[in-house]
Amino acid sequence: MDGTKGFDDAQTGEQRIRNFNINFGPQHPAAHGVLRLVLELDGEIVERCDPHIGLLHRGTEKLMESRTYLQNLPYFDRLDYVAPMNQEHAWCLAIEKLTGVEIPRRASLIRVLYSEIGRVLNHLLNVTTQAMDVGALTPPLWGFEEREKLMIFYERACGARLHAAYFRPGGVHQDLPPDLIDDIEQWAHEFPKVLDDIDGLLTENRIFKQRNADIGIVSEQEILDWGYSGVMVRGSGLAWDLRRAQPYECYDEFDFKIPVGKNGDCYDRYLCRMAEMRESVKIILQAVEKLRAPEGQGDVLARGKITPPDRAEMKTSMEALIHHFKLYTEGFHVPEGEVYAAVEAPKGEFGVYLVADGTNRPYRAKLRAPGFLHLQSMDHVAKGHQLADVAAIIGTMDVVFGEIDR
Amino acid sequence: MSEALEELLGHLELRMGEALTNSQITHGELTVTTTLSHLTKLVRHLKASDHARFSTLVDITAVDWPGRRKRFEVVYHFLSMYLNQRIRVKLPVGEDDIVPSIAEIHLSANWFEREVFDMFGILFSGHPDLRRILTDYGFRGHPLRKDFPTTGYTEVRYDEALKRVVYEPVNLVQEYRQFDFMSPWEGAQYVLPGDEKPKEATK
Repeated sequence: MDGTKGFDDAQTGEQRIRNFNINFGPQHPAAHGVLRLVLELDGEIVERCDPHIGLLHRGTEKLMESRTYLQNLPYFDRLDYVAPMNQEHAWCLAIEKLTGVEIPRRASLIRVLYSEIGRVLNHLLNVTTQAMDVGALTPPLWGFEEREKLMIFYERACGARLHAAYFRPGGVHQDLPPDLIDDIEQWAHEFPKVLDDIDGLLTENRIFKQRNADIGIVSEQEILDWGYSGVMVRGSGLAWDLRRAQPYECYDEFDFKIPVGKNGDCYDRYLCRMAEMRESVKIILQAVEKLRAPEGQGDVLARGKITPPDRAEMKTSMEALIHHFKLYTEGFHVPEGEVYAAVEAPKGEFGVYLVADGTNRPYRAKLRAPGFLHLQSMDHVAKGHQLADVAAIIGTMDVVFGEIDR
Repeated sequence: MSEALEELLGHLELRMGEALTNSQITHGELTVTTTLSHLTKLVRHLKASDHARFSTLVDITAVDWPGRRKRFEVVYHFLSMYLNQRIRVKLPVGEDDIVPSIAEIHLSANWFEREVFDMFGILFSGHPDLRRILTDYGFRGHPLRKDFPTTGYTEVRYDEALKRVVYEPVNLVQEYRQFDFMSPWEGAQYVLPGDEKPKEATK
């Protein structure tokens, strides 16, 4: 304190009160990764909140410009690493839109199945770590047990637990074995019970409610102003879901509900996520059913220029061998044009803006991450809240730095 | 879907005809091109008018075309949750041009414009806080420009002696390998090894 201009000491009654600046993160466990928030506090009240991002910036978009379309696919796993396949999906859709490839029905069903598994993966992590941010320790342990089971499903489909690279332009990499489908079905029957357990632990929990209800309320106007998507929109009562509004893949033939909140606070968003997991389980069961039906059988790749030839064919046909070699060295060419493809990722609208110049590499690819916009409004939402609420708001915005920093 | 887009385009041409220099519908997506002076007016119109209601800003990005007279192309994506439509607005920008910021109309443009400034060096006038966003504090250059090398210019490491992170010029242990798998019949701009002689002979 400088006492030069009339501010003497406590006895005169005149003291200069100054706002307090603190750094929240980048090493804070509730910062969900490498977020640095510069908070200006008036006592416990947040006056200003300046997020500093980019600590995980890897230059994905720049790297993508010098790699082929297929080589770029694994980068998408590393964006939102909580639900990797949903990101790959957007990339595949963008390429398929430009090249005009129709993917086989079985591939489409598998994509839906694994997108929903991804959604459960994401919401499990988000709901339970949010509980941890506000003081509970058990939910993450329970949630991660289920996540582990789902990651084994990932592993059994593609060989990797996290960085799957399973969705490929033109379909999915390999077919699912029948016993994997059986196991997924069995899991889907058991999972609602686990959800009930987590529900019982959190939903009526006094502390959890005190920390989340009426915190970070988002109105319809704010949704539009800040470009929210996903649960941030649905938590406030707007039934906006790209799976329903602008159906991609074969989501239009699935029967599921879109849970919406009422108050648009952190607690409603938590409830939305819990309800969405139940809906995802419904979709998973339907997808399993459809995969077993006779129409659901067949190839999982649209055999053509952008996908590899059948393994058996490669052994006998010279053309197939050449095609295989050229595909994995030169890669396929995407006709000139630009396209925007978006999917309803668990966090919101994940989009890819792809500019192709007719060569084997994207000329420019912009990845539109939902978390980027959510975090942007942090200053607006957190203003006037207590310091402790900042953790709850970050948790409910569902930020993952892989996708925000790219 | 595309009839609705054509109808929308018709409306736009009627009301904002002078702002549109080009428009097309490809792959079921509507793209319009505008100019620097008409941008804010167009965005305002898209947001407010009843036949458009593009109230959500989805994305702002840019594309670098070094060969063009106007080097950059700033690309805006808008979404109308009410009419379930999307539109793409493109804006050619020269290297010295300053783009009017739309952060006043769409609050969410704030970070997107910061990102475009960071990555391409395009300036926005009227932006509340035009700082770098994704790159390091004190970073130089604009990474997504085509003339910026993928390796960058500096690298960082923790120096045990100085007890801090130090910045050094990039030192590659092997040359950066840019594989060119383009088929020599269509892509190759270079002379294939062993092919030098016939070229000289033809001269």
